[in-house]
Amino acid sequence: MAPSICAICEVVRALIIRPKNHQKLCKACFIAIFEAEIHHTITTTSLFSPGDRIAIGASGGKDSTVLASVLKTLNERHNYGLDLVLLSIDEGIKGYRDDSLETVKRNAVQYDMPLKIVGYDELYGWTMDQVVEVIGKKGNCTYCGVFRRQALDRGAKMLGINHVVTGHNADDVAETILMNLLRGDLPRLARSTSIMTGDESSEVRRSKPLKYAYEKEIVLYAHHKKLDYFTTECLYSPEAFRGSARSLIKNLERVRPSAILDLVRSGEDMARLVPEAVTGISQCKIQKVSLSSADDEDTSGCGTNGRSGGGEMADMEKKLQADEDAVGREVDVTAKTSSDNDGLHTDAVLLKLGKKTGPKTKMVKKLTRQTLGTCRVCGYMSSQEICKACTLLEGLNKNRPKMEIEIDIKDEESSIPRIKMEGVVQAGG
Amino acid sequence: MASEDKFNLVVEFSGGLELLFSGRRKLTISVPIKDNEGQAVTVGWLVHYLCNEVMEDSRKNMFVLDGHVCPGILVLINDADWELEGEASYALQPNDNVLFVSTLHGG
Repeated sequence: MAPSICAICEVVRALIIRPKNHQKLCKACFIAIFEAEIHHTITTTSLFSPGDRIAIGASGGKDSTVLASVLKTLNERHNYGLDLVLLSIDEGIKGYRDDSLETVKRNAVQYDMPLKIVGYDELYGWTMDQVVEVIGKKGNCTYCGVFRRQALDRGAKMLGINHVVTGHNADDVAETILMNLLRGDLPRLARSTSIMTGDESSEVRRSKPLKYAYEKEIVLYAHHKKLDYFTTECLYSPEAFRGSARSLIKNLERVRPSAILDLVRSGEDMARLVPEAVTGISQCKIQKVSLSSADDEDTSGCGTNGRSGGGEMADMEKKLQADEDAVGREVDVTAKTSSDNDGLHTDAVLLKLGKKTGPKTKMVKKLTRQTLGTCRVCGYMSSQEICKACTLLEGLNKNRPKMEIEIDIKDEESSIPRIKMEGVVQAGG
Repeated sequence: MASEDKFNLVVEFSGGLELLFSGRRKLTISVPIKDNEGQAVTVGWLVHYLCNEVMEDSRKNMFVLDGHVCPGILVLINDADWELEGEASYALQPNDNVLFVSTLHGG
């Protein structure tokens, strides 16, 4: 194949083909446009104000490393006037986090940013290694994810910073939208699409400046800029990717690369249709600002990047299948009652019934409006009386594994997490 | 096979993919000029060769799935996205550098 020439400078050989529009670019033009688009996201959403102190949630992985690098570049190029700090969470996983923290420490030197590391052990009295000893290797991701989200807020508060940026990319957002859509979780669907959660009045705001950036381009940016990032699978969730909504996204991307941004945009459009009564967010603010992220995202996935665990899709499929089966049974019954009639008539009856039983719009009315308060135990942001972290901790401290928390959208009586105890199992069992 | 029937190329793994190749990030391999059917060897051929002959890890489907490189793994040929080079049909040249980067690990 004859080499392609860059579509922008029309001089240099193209090395990159952009997923969103198939544009062929050379290395320099790609880096320039990638940065320009993030600058555009930041300015059009008024994400920052001069003088803001911003904590960058840094894991040492590709997304947060690219975020730190790009923010530093843009802050200097466009005089944002930001004071950037790296904030890392030490989950206490030997052989995994201690290695990636070394990467963050190097990043701190490379980008000349102060670094703050907060550990699960100091915050919760438990390292993930200890949690796994009690819980086992299955299901510990819930703990890690819940702890990490709160840990970022608490780390930011220690630094006196009220705005944390995370490296969530377009693939992450598309995945979350898809999961919330499949779950029919409208409040979360609305919140997961907004670039920022929380507002001026919140203790800690969260935002995702890389929201429209493809994971593929983030990796290519890191590669071509030779950024120093850490890659290894978390020891406790190997292959978490397989069978997840993530693999569906990646398969979609292969067939039609624009699908990822299309999902993000569709999610935003759908979020606009979610009634204010459900989200607790006023419509005019929905795109920019939403409720706290304190307990927004998946509790089941690895919180590093909001990725869902592999089992989720399977669970979802089961649920959908059950729904389908149920509908099938309903129709069967009604078909029998009208079986004496001719086919046409039966069809009409079914159609009518289908209309009645079909859409579950009534569920919307049953949704509880989630309001942000503080946890009765630890005092940090939560939309529940007791936050998820404290609920999990209570279980851990009682040495009771197999505790699951579940927020049921149909449960309008109470907004307190329902706790399912699957029997008290001996530690290590 | 005589040595002139082969040529060298550099294969690199990153983004966590090196974990599937015994932690090796870079290897130089010698490949035949023609495959068994007398066709010029392609990246597609290389992928299967790596999967069948080089990879010791049993999790082959984390590299190749249904005969294709797994979605989420980028392939760069001499730093260019292989989509610009005809993907699997690209005919390998002596001293080519083929980089496999996983986008799936960590954040």
